[in-house]
Amino acid sequence: MNPRLLPFAGFVLVLALLGFGIWWSQYHDLREVPSPLIGKAAPAFSLPTLDDPERRVTNLDLAGEPYLLNVFASWCFACREEHSILMNDGKQLGIKLVGFNYKDEPADAKRWLAQFGNPYDLIIADLPGDVAIDFGVTGAPESFLVDAQGIVRYKYISPITPEVIATQLLPRIAAMKKGAK
Amino acid sequence: MIGASTIACSAVSPSTLRAGRGRGRRFCALLCLCALLACGFAAPVFAIDPLPFKDRAEEQRFQALAKQLRCLQCQNESLEDSNAPLAADLRRDVFEQMQAGKSDEEIKRWLTARYSDFVLYDPPLHGGTWLLWFGPLLVLAAGAGAVLVTVRRRAKAGASPQTAARPASDVEDDW
Repeated sequence: MNPRLLPFAGFVLVLALLGFGIWWSQYHDLREVPSPLIGKAAPAFSLPTLDDPERRVTNLDLAGEPYLLNVFASWCFACREEHSILMNDGKQLGIKLVGFNYKDEPADAKRWLAQFGNPYDLIIADLPGDVAIDFGVTGAPESFLVDAQGIVRYKYISPITPEVIATQLLPRIAAMKKGAK
Repeated sequence: MIGASTIACSAVSPSTLRAGRGRGRRFCALLCLCALLACGFAAPVFAIDPLPFKDRAEEQRFQALAKQLRCLQCQNESLEDSNAPLAADLRRDVFEQMQAGKSDEEIKRWLTARYSDFVLYDPPLHGGTWLLWFGPLLVLAAGAGAVLVTVRRRAKAGASPQTAARPASDVEDDW
């Protein structure tokens, strides 16, 4: 090769690297925080329910069957978008849908649910946001798939879409149910 | 505390707006406006919550630690700078753990157990990050290798009388 082409080759190499970066970032969310909780037991917690602040729910109460923990809040705009999907397709999951009301005034959350509907089997409320930190929650909406043994199997950041249900959640739920038998 | 969103990437405090003077101030305001429009969202303004430090040394230790930690909500801000509600919660947790006598390392471990290494601005060295740490060295080594090969080749070529007769200025761009 002509050594004079060497700088050009170097330039092409850098260009290819930048091009790869652009292509790669289209399919990967660079802001996504990987969850160290996957494959580990869900953190222990004891939180009041939204409907009845006197009644507390712990992680042990939820154990025994798989569930999807969905972090939502009335102040979260993207949750609205997700909410209609959960209303329509939530039952399709075939597992318990647990709402995790994150840093939300109970009155606001209740009004929000009255307006848009309630897809949840149970709603726990974390007003101070401490349990959310134990779960590594970075914002809302986020969803955690927890199996019957209380192990976190999957975490999804950003609003759930029908595609996410079909390609990410349902196969994992099916695998969990198969494993349980 | 309530009133944020995952897209709340830029919280603007009035002090930022006041910071500039004259044109600089207008420019700053314009920038802030653009940032707000880009986010399509205006976060309510909270002052950085004052924490009850017992002395200056403790405050400095806290600030040094918070500078090394990333705000998970506004990912380009440190825990020290961020106005995000989650950052305020995490600052409070870090402060409480400091009060409980935990070391900086223990606090970092506590955070990475929840938020992975992502929370640290300084990534630790392990299997997944060796390329990040040593990549620049590899590039440097490759460059040094290329220079070495070129110099040797040139020295060999320089031994022949033809190239030796060339004027020095011509040699310079001949690579």
